Amino acid sequence: MSPATANIPAATANADIVIAMHNISKWYGPFKALDNVSLDVRKGERVVVCGPSGSGKSTLIRCINRLEVHQEGQIFVKGLEMTDNVKNIDAIRRNIGMVFQNFNLFPHLTVLENLTLGPMLTRQMKKADAEELAMHFLRKVRIPDQARKYPLQLSGGQQQRVAIARSLCMEPEIMLFDEPTSALDPEMIKEVLDTMIELAQSGMTMIVVTHEMGFARTVADNVVFMADGSKVESAPPEEFFGNPREPRTRAFLDQILKH
Amino acid sequence: MAATSRTTTYDPDARMAPGPWLKRNLFNSVGQTALTIVTALILLRCLWALLGWGVFNAVWYTTDPDVCRAATGACWAVIVEKHRPMLFGLYPYDEHWRLALMMAIYLATVVLSLWPRCWNLRLLVPLWIVAALSIGILMFGGVFGLRFVPTADWGGLPLTMLLFTGTVLIGMPVAVLLALGRRAPLPVARGVSVVFIEALRGVPLITILFVAVNVFPLFLPAGMEVNRLLRITVGIAIFFACYQAEVIRGGLQAIPRGQYEAAASINLGYWQTTRHIILPQALRICLPAITNHIIAAMKNTSFVIIIGLFDILTATTAVMQDPLWRSFYVEAYLFVAGVYLFFGYALSVYARQLEKWIAEGRI
Repeated sequence: MSPATANIPAATANADIVIAMHNISKWYGPFKALDNVSLDVRKGERVVVCGPSGSGKSTLIRCINRLEVHQEGQIFVKGLEMTDNVKNIDAIRRNIGMVFQNFNLFPHLTVLENLTLGPMLTRQMKKADAEELAMHFLRKVRIPDQARKYPLQLSGGQQQRVAIARSLCMEPEIMLFDEPTSALDPEMIKEVLDTMIELAQSGMTMIVVTHEMGFARTVADNVVFMADGSKVESAPPEEFFGNPREPRTRAFLDQILKH
Repeated sequence: MAATSRTTTYDPDARMAPGPWLKRNLFNSVGQTALTIVTALILLRCLWALLGWGVFNAVWYTTDPDVCRAATGACWAVIVEKHRPMLFGLYPYDEHWRLALMMAIYLATVVLSLWPRCWNLRLLVPLWIVAALSIGILMFGGVFGLRFVPTADWGGLPLTMLLFTGTVLIGMPVAVLLALGRRAPLPVARGVSVVFIEALRGVPLITILFVAVNVFPLFLPAGMEVNRLLRITVGIAIFFACYQAEVIRGGLQAIPRGQYEAAASINLGYWQTTRHIILPQALRICLPAITNHIIAAMKNTSFVIIIGLFDILTATTAVMQDPLWRSFYVEAYLFVAGVYLFFGYALSVYARQLEKWIAEGRI
């Protein structure tokens, strides 16, 4: 597994690395949300980012597809740098799907329309083709029978699986998950995690912000721990959970694993 | 959609039989009973007087105003006698059939356009082109052996309809653009929208119309002229748009940030996001307030009096100058009020139906 320490030299040289973040910093006013964070993600790698709330983990992954704008450092996705350039943003977002804590499905469209909108508008797919693609992914997340319903008629777990399918319809190479199970009732968490595990097994590159340590243990190649906007530690799960180096990581794991 | 689970408010009267309901709400104490009886007597007296004036003693049909003068009730005959100049204004009397036909085409087009089953651009665009062309030919004439009638002679209900339709058709897109502009990422768009909205909202409609009619032509190059009717329509439309823009902005602000982020994450651009994600939700949210302003716009059309055009209200005022019939102006104005009420109420009913369809997730 990658050592993933700070100061990685010109990571873009390595063809395997699909996301390279060098020394990212970001401020909200006087508050420093990200403090000199570096992270590399290789093709097919599953990275879990964890840490206490307010530690900047969501902000970090939201910088990757520019839902947040970083102020210092560089982000490369497949060798392309994320800048103000609209063409770059467009090209990078094309490769990245994202799943949100609150699902963010479009409530005025049916499940099927939620899924076909992106392919039809941004990939000029014909309606029939887009619907075929959508049904394919709805079968993957095991809710093809809900296609004609509106999102608010579904349970939280079903909505989140629709959201995953919506991202997959864009056929991205990388998927970002921003606390995908935090808004779910406990009995629905498993169905979403199962979907994510299947996705991981298919070889998708994934960055997952989550508190689900069981998921991190079974799926992650690399677990990153963040606190106060900094990357405190990153290690493969056996090492991260079995033998955490940093006292702050240990304190966090003690707290979260006690229950 | 979710709204099918709309909560019912607690209503203690809902399941009561009429007897207990009366006792509870109208005859609960001596004072309340007395008040109920007095109010009922006053209401009955008013109703009796109204029926006596409006129905029992009214003159329904006569060509002789003296018959009306002799009667103690209303003179509805004035409407029968004067309905054509009231409804059609100064338009040449022999050509009134063209206006009647125009109204039929207009109403059919509008009714079809409001019907969700017809919401298909491949149907609506040709429909409106054909309707606009035939209405234009009927109103202007000058072809197919029809006599030419300049816009200065247009009047009455068709004029009111044209002004209202023009106001909404021009005003709504401008309103949407202004509302979007006010929240746009571009400072220039934001600035222009804010100045436009605040400046025009702050002045009375009559001022805008005065500028459109009397001041605007001064800025045009010599010899160039823009039709007065068009100028006034655009004036009313822009006034309408400024108010409507603020209503729509309210709807836009109600859309959670997550919707924009989700749209960005599937790589939609600004206009795609606006067109497919944001506006459909925002317009649904502020539909009741939009309806409000549309009904107000219908009534604002009567401001064309200031350029000497005879919409249905002004036409009626003019007709009532007839010395033989002028004493029956109350009946004439009641008729005009009835026409406004009919169209205003039809708009309300339609808007309520739209809200119902939205709640059911049908549109």
